[in-house]
Amino acid sequence: MTKKAAVVIAVIGIAAVVYVHRRTVSHQASSSNPPAPAITLTDLNGNALSPSGYKGKVVLINFWAAWCTPCRAEIPQFMALQERYGSRGFQTVGISLDDPESTLRDFCREANVNYPIVTGNQRIAEGFGGVLGLPTTFLIGRDGLIHAKHEGETDFRKLEQQIQDLLRSSAQN
Amino acid sequence: MRFREDSPVTWLLTLVLVVALAVASRSQSSAELSPGSADLIRPEELVKALQSPTKPTILNVGPRMIYVQAHIPGAEFVGPANKPEGLEKLRARVGSLPRDSFVVIYCGCCPWEHCPNIRPAYRELKQMGFTRLKVLFIATSFGSDWVEKGYPTAKGEK
Repeated sequence: MTKKAAVVIAVIGIAAVVYVHRRTVSHQASSSNPPAPAITLTDLNGNALSPSGYKGKVVLINFWAAWCTPCRAEIPQFMALQERYGSRGFQTVGISLDDPESTLRDFCREANVNYPIVTGNQRIAEGFGGVLGLPTTFLIGRDGLIHAKHEGETDFRKLEQQIQDLLRSSAQN
Repeated sequence: MRFREDSPVTWLLTLVLVVALAVASRSQSSAELSPGSADLIRPEELVKALQSPTKPTILNVGPRMIYVQAHIPGAEFVGPANKPEGLEKLRARVGSLPRDSFVVIYCGCCPWEHCPNIRPAYRELKQMGFTRLKVLFIATSFGSDWVEKGYPTAKGEK
């Protein structure tokens, strides 16, 4: 075997090892992330939001309440993320726990929220493994798995980086 | 010195008084139940108290939605204390208790400094004369500061 052939084989071999390792790591990362619950929600306008409608998208689910001061303070930032990434396959959904519908309608109208807001309940909260404090935000990848959970006031720099990473990845990862 | 309603001095003094009252009120509410307060009990301390023969009466003064998903075993739901009906429920529950009872109230609905329930409940019980009242300090949420720490938890209504 010539020296050149040996180098080519070595490069191919190393590339193969790296490829297999990355597939393994990403598979392990995926298998440790639970699937998002397959729950159909209804927004304040009566529109059904079903999991099939968001297939292949990166979805942010924000559990909040109008009486929760830090929750309200975060909404403009979620709106900014929706504005920035909506055209790239990103969708925000706000799920209000513990608010009457009239309160939500007034709030959304005044704030001009640019993503669907739904009224949540215990079943929905438990579908996400329990929502035991507000705000709580989940990030679902194109693969339908929950990739991140933020409890308490959101670190938006970290969240945006996660959104960008998930938007770059395909549904097969 | 006579103060006339239309006098600029009168208006200025009124403004100064209003600002001073606002600052004083804000200082009081931010000092009340500050992290170093003697009226606080930390989660790890409450866990020990739950194992002792003289357990406290534990009252959840937060939203029912969180209580039914998970609460401290033995805790009774008497919330939310940011609503008049919640405070009424709290008053009714503790009304017959001796004022030297060991009582712990908690919420955990949202980050500590923003909780709309814990301070109204605390003030109410203090006004009622409870001398061994403790407030469970939950920095971020009941989920992250109690459940995820592996402390004992119960589900459902009580």
